[in-house]
Amino acid sequence: MSQQTFNFREIQERPDRLAPGHRMCAGCGGTIAVRNVLKALHPGDKAVVGNATGCLEVSTYMYPYTAYEDSYIHSAFENAGATLSGVETAYHVLRKKGKISSDYKFITFGGDGGTYDIGLQSLSGAMERGHDMVYVCYDNGAYMNTGVQRSSATPMYADTTTTPSGKCSDGKPQTRKDLAAVMAAHNIPYVAQTTFIGNMKDLYVKSERAIYTPGPAFLNVMAPCPRGWKYDTPDIMEICKLAVETCYWPLFEVVEGKWILNYKPKNKLPLEEFLKKQGRFKHLFAPGNEHLLEAFQKEVDRRWEELLQKCEA
Amino acid sequence: MAIRTRMSGNEAVAYAIKQINPDVMPAFPITPSTEIPQFVASMIANGEIDTEFIPVESEHSAMSATMGASAAGARAMTATSSCGLALMWEVLYVAASSRLPIVLALVNRGLTGPLNINAEHSDSMGARDAGWIQIYSESNQEAYDNFLQANRIAEHASVHLPVMICQDGFITSHAVQNITLWEDEPIKKFVGEYNPEHYLLKEDESMAVGPYAVSNYCMEEKKAQAEAMKNAKQVILDVAKEFEAVTGQKYGLFEEYRLEDAEYAVVAIGSVCGTIKDAVDALRDKGMKVGLLKVRVFRPFPGEEMAKALKHCKAIGIMDRCESYSANGGPLGAELMAALFREKVTAEAVNIMYGLSGRDVTVGDMGEVFGWLEKMAAGELHFDEYPYLGLRD
Repeated sequence: MSQQTFNFREIQERPDRLAPGHRMCAGCGGTIAVRNVLKALHPGDKAVVGNATGCLEVSTYMYPYTAYEDSYIHSAFENAGATLSGVETAYHVLRKKGKISSDYKFITFGGDGGTYDIGLQSLSGAMERGHDMVYVCYDNGAYMNTGVQRSSATPMYADTTTTPSGKCSDGKPQTRKDLAAVMAAHNIPYVAQTTFIGNMKDLYVKSERAIYTPGPAFLNVMAPCPRGWKYDTPDIMEICKLAVETCYWPLFEVVEGKWILNYKPKNKLPLEEFLKKQGRFKHLFAPGNEHLLEAFQKEVDRRWEELLQKCEA
Repeated sequence: MAIRTRMSGNEAVAYAIKQINPDVMPAFPITPSTEIPQFVASMIANGEIDTEFIPVESEHSAMSATMGASAAGARAMTATSSCGLALMWEVLYVAASSRLPIVLALVNRGLTGPLNINAEHSDSMGARDAGWIQIYSESNQEAYDNFLQANRIAEHASVHLPVMICQDGFITSHAVQNITLWEDEPIKKFVGEYNPEHYLLKEDESMAVGPYAVSNYCMEEKKAQAEAMKNAKQVILDVAKEFEAVTGQKYGLFEEYRLEDAEYAVVAIGSVCGTIKDAVDALRDKGMKVGLLKVRVFRPFPGEEMAKALKHCKAIGIMDRCESYSANGGPLGAELMAALFREKVTAEAVNIMYGLSGRDVTVGDMGEVFGWLEKMAAGELHFDEYPYLGLRD
């Protein structure tokens, strides 16, 4: 991680490109992701921000008010990738024709529903075609806007409104899709996975790289949702830290196909530390469910080992 | 000098695109419109146009990327057919409500069920309430001329709505017919440069597109969109007048063919009108007073104007190349019947289903239809249900 590019104070003093006054919940991880990704735009650089339908969209551009300082476009749930690819292509033509001269960056945000699931095809197409844009998934692991339904990003055993835990159910039966690996398989120049750690340096550095790497880039940002995950709202930074320290959510980059691990915990914490703070996993701690915790731990370990192998290859 | 030559409807539309030289064209292949993006890709490969082609991975993305490009300030268009249009459905509404002047070359083909690739209007008729202007073409010449007028209509300050220019799959899109191509210079002048007022990439202001709007605002927005569709009627006529000054070709909201003194009239859309004109001529030679009203503009729907043009008729046959499964006939039938009622037209009227999934319609078939109308007017024939023309027993 480059040290010289990160001056915490200078970056935090940059004017917010997501203005206050939007209707996102207090403590929403999505908002933290958007504010910090946009802070990685160099002052003075112009951008067009795209957005899939979701909490973020309905809370930041409620007619007639927009929270975005930059130009912004939303069209539907499953087409943020394609929509921004049209904007980016228009930019190249208009520049070629001499109709505009400024530099523009193109950044689109989608939740995990709009990215892992309904918008996967549109995202895949945009990345494969090589548009010079960044797709940022703020991954809160369920369809939060419609009321916490499971997505393919939802972790195993999570209690959601479509995978409720109960007498005959342990929560979501499937493991989560590894979207960062799917995007890396597109052979795009830059893929990274991050979340909110410390002074947001990891998020900042990866956002800046994603934005200023020519060609398509994909950022997967774990963005906890206090309502869906059922934790005490002020605990968000602790939750993120535990996700990383338990290796549930590793921090890594894939640069031009090369896998790079950005952080290896000295003492890998047991997964329980991350799970026990969240109401969505409460049923895993009921007597008799120890085997579920074991199975979940095994899955996290398996993925961590696989990642280590990729990064050491 | 205009060029007299021969080409298919798809080639004719591609030639129009070449003359318009749009900024961005995202498209996905689907029969029978596939040739249009192929021709455009060739023109780009040969340096004949400056357009950027986006080879998207679906029609949903085609319309989404077209929308993005248009909102960004580019002149953007796409082409599709049938299921491709169906996959665009959601975004068609968003593009219209975002008031983006997108142009779509639609090569009409039936929607699947069963899978069939031939001419039918179920694709565009299904999208008739999506907020798009719809203009239909009888021939390759009309597909070409209509396409050249589309940007002027869509981009007009009092309209700002997307336009689809429709032609019948295979019958028009693939059949090679005579055509007159207009000179580049006057056509380029007629189409003009696209200089939108507000767009995402306008350097001195930012702009937001695609809001969440609560009911306090939505209804007014929809009314404004409906007004724009009403305004389009006059704009379509004004643009047609200008087009006539450049080319000598006359276009209106609809065409009246030997209708002025007709006792029996047929109303139809698209390529079948060529067949109907032949039938009209043959029957006129025999002394039967028959005529045709060919619908060019279906959205906005010129109901009042059409009803007035049909007021003197004794019997009217309204032809639909689209079953709407309403148990009440097809879309043209339903809408025109309502317009006739409002104008107090008391002629006998029947809705006729024809040509579904590319079923051929002949001059002889149309002679049969005019025979029905004559008998209906004389009180000798009454249809309890809307008839299917040429249906096998």
